[in-house]
Amino acid sequence: MKELGPVLVHQVSYLWLIPVFPLVGATINALVGWKLQQALGKRAVHYVAVGSMVASLAVALYAFRVMLGLDAEHRFLQDTLWNMFTAGRVQADLGFALDPLSMMMVLVVTFIGMLIHVFSIGYMADEPAYWRFFSYLNLFAFSMLLLVMGDNFVLMFFGWEGVGLCSYLLIAFWYTDPDKAKAGMKAFIANRFGDFGFVVGLFLLFWALGGAWEQRMDARGADYRPTPGLGAVAAASDAAQRALLVPEVEVGGGQRVKIGPTFNFRELRDQVVIEKTGVAEHLKGQRLWGFGLLAIIGIFLFVGAMGKSAQIPLYVWLPDAMAGPTPVSALIHAATMVTAGVYMVARLNFIFALSPTAMGWVAFIGALTAIFSASIGFFQYDIKKVLAYSTVSQLGFMFIGVGVGAYWAGAYHLLTHAFFKATLFLGSGSVILGCHHEQDMRKMGGLKKHMPITAWTYLAACWAIAGYPWAAGFYSKDEILWKAFTSEHLSFLGLPAPWLGPAIYVTGIIAATGTAFYMFRSYYMTFTGEYRGGQGHHDEHNVDPHSVQAAPHSKLSDKVHASDGAHHKVPTDLADNVVRGHDDHGHHGGTPRESPWTITAVLVILAAGSILTALLGLPALWTHRPPALEHFLEPALTAEVHFAAKPHALEWIFQGIGVAAGVVGWFFARLLYKDARSAVPAELKKRFFRAWTVVYNKYYVDEAYGVLVLRPSVHFARFLAWCDQFIVDWLVNFAGWITRFFANIDGAIDKYLVDGAVNLLANATIAGGRTLRRVQTGRIQTYLYGALAGALAVVLLNFLIQ
Amino acid sequence: MLQVSLTHFLAVGALLFSFGLVTVATRRNAVGVLMGVELLLNGANVNFVAFNHYVVGGVTGQIFSLFVIVLAAAEAAVGLAIVLGIYQTFKTIDVRATDLMRE
Repeated sequence: MKELGPVLVHQVSYLWLIPVFPLVGATINALVGWKLQQALGKRAVHYVAVGSMVASLAVALYAFRVMLGLDAEHRFLQDTLWNMFTAGRVQADLGFALDPLSMMMVLVVTFIGMLIHVFSIGYMADEPAYWRFFSYLNLFAFSMLLLVMGDNFVLMFFGWEGVGLCSYLLIAFWYTDPDKAKAGMKAFIANRFGDFGFVVGLFLLFWALGGAWEQRMDARGADYRPTPGLGAVAAASDAAQRALLVPEVEVGGGQRVKIGPTFNFRELRDQVVIEKTGVAEHLKGQRLWGFGLLAIIGIFLFVGAMGKSAQIPLYVWLPDAMAGPTPVSALIHAATMVTAGVYMVARLNFIFALSPTAMGWVAFIGALTAIFSASIGFFQYDIKKVLAYSTVSQLGFMFIGVGVGAYWAGAYHLLTHAFFKATLFLGSGSVILGCHHEQDMRKMGGLKKHMPITAWTYLAACWAIAGYPWAAGFYSKDEILWKAFTSEHLSFLGLPAPWLGPAIYVTGIIAATGTAFYMFRSYYMTFTGEYRGGQGHHDEHNVDPHSVQAAPHSKLSDKVHASDGAHHKVPTDLADNVVRGHDDHGHHGGTPRESPWTITAVLVILAAGSILTALLGLPALWTHRPPALEHFLEPALTAEVHFAAKPHALEWIFQGIGVAAGVVGWFFARLLYKDARSAVPAELKKRFFRAWTVVYNKYYVDEAYGVLVLRPSVHFARFLAWCDQFIVDWLVNFAGWITRFFANIDGAIDKYLVDGAVNLLANATIAGGRTLRRVQTGRIQTYLYGALAGALAVVLLNFLIQ
Repeated sequence: MLQVSLTHFLAVGALLFSFGLVTVATRRNAVGVLMGVELLLNGANVNFVAFNHYVVGGVTGQIFSLFVIVLAAAEAAVGLAIVLGIYQTFKTIDVRATDLMRE
């Protein structure tokens, strides 16, 4: 085993620019976007948005160039702006870091994000809230960049929540449609469950890194003697005290590594990866309620990934997320955000690698999701739903990769998937645009004639996803499945399970066959045969498409018809306007046309990408060198996972099986759906109608959720409402009654006793005064009588006493 | 032969004082009340002079009575002035009317 040293940091000062550009773009469009749109046309809005993405991409490329110029072990760019907060051991900086893994993510996000921004120009041209769309899209890019570039958990979590928010905003972009608004909420709430797990895992990890220092001191001897006063988690008021709280250990070569709880990825990685610190042993040794603490941490962190990356059982939001505009589905729900979970597991590879149970769990759920959602994809008619289930399935493959320990393969599949799934989604977007916002594949067909570029790019992406050796998907999927087959170290729920790897392999290869089948099914249904949507159809766009005529047209919206995006030659469009005005959709029922160049150009670039990324992952079997991407990612993915050594012949055979799976899927799809001529699908559907219904209705998972989660939670809410109304309110009322009772007594005492005494005194005084008043007659003679009487009395007394 | 003794003088003084007292106590006329006061003072004067002659000797008692006479004159002047004020205020000199200080 290779001895690893601490990460060698290369300080730079421009990384912050990468996320800042989209943030600036989002801010501009959010604050003055509507004004820009009014005054300068939509062009100004998308210039700001696309311009910010281009600037961001440029900085990212520069950083990439700088990184390539460094030695492999120095490839860690760091840019710390300032300290956000420090509380005891918790220290969170506003700092950005790029290691090869996050560099790859940043390039994917900025490059594909930029392309999808460009695509949106054409796709959203008829959207009155154009500025709002681009503002959200930029905000998303900012959050996603924060997620992948943040050098600590705090920033990552900030981005994690930010992308969730943007996902919600963009799914519910057409919020006047209750279904779409609900889909947004569903995504948000499902993600909340995941985020909860993520946070719990995070805090458990933080907690696990501390504690039991004395034992460790004894075990490691004198050279490992942390500074005294370590046990105290007292608040540190100055740097000297903080240094006591965050001790450092000499790891050889004069390098010191901070140990103890941290949110910083680099510090975490250093102390866990370097043997000498003993942190890894400490983590392995800890148990919580009889379970390995690391396994619990891994599983909880993976719950977060389940939510964000749509794994069983939290995947239900992703198919519904297709309610959002198609570029959003491509960017957020296929290429970038949903891969955040995969990224997170890959980023924490050194933690997951310590716990075979956590890894087995990740891989198991990934495999289950891969096959489960692939089977749902078989019979969907909505082209975006097919792609959504395909995305869930492919994410399952990525988790198989990072679960069995083939981190680079998971990351590679993330990269290839970003390209080919973005192509597929944008191709479907182009198709939807061409077919007047029709998403049902039964009403398409024959589009290859009308939209040749879209058809070819879609086909290229299908090759990639189905796993043909001339496209990228083959290499990533094959590597994942091969590594799954050869992994022997996995545990399942704490028990060693050498059978799990091969089982995952079989599941994966079946899912891959299914993938090829449903993807080619969607291709043949959409692009071959005769066009079936002739009768003209207008899906009620919930935003008023006519209002666009009031706004100044950009060049593009002149080309793309304002009401449904169908492409028209300008003169026809103008004639339409003159004769019937915008309100009359006379052109409906016209044949679909190819989309404008902003859309097709993006499609071509992405399709080329989904073929060419194959070069990054040519297997060692062929070239006798490690794949380029594996070599590049190696400094970031340091976890050493043991794979069984198998003969090369077997690897060749497995590659053959991988290709065969794709071919079998394609063959059946072609047989059943090419040109829509075969009657077999309908026949099969009739024969196995019940099974078909179950699968078509997604195994009734949403309904099961309704029964198992929604209804109990509603009942629970009702029960709580009842408790609130009858128990809590009763208690409150009772307390109120008691208080009132005592207050009454108190009031009575006050009123009758205290006031009574006071009044009595006053009344007595009044009565006395009234009585004595009679004496004061004002007549001198009366007083004289008094004086005489007094004198007489004195005289008489004088006599009496003597 | 009846000898005039101290007892007689004291009896006259006591009579004068009693008459004065009754006058002061019963008259409604403010001037009458002032006259009663004169009687009271002179009753006292008789006592002064008698005790001086029969008991003490010398002139102390006489001088004291002269003082009282002067005082009585002053008192009469002030008293009459008050009576005039009363008359101007109340248009009567009935002492029962002058009960403004009551209550």
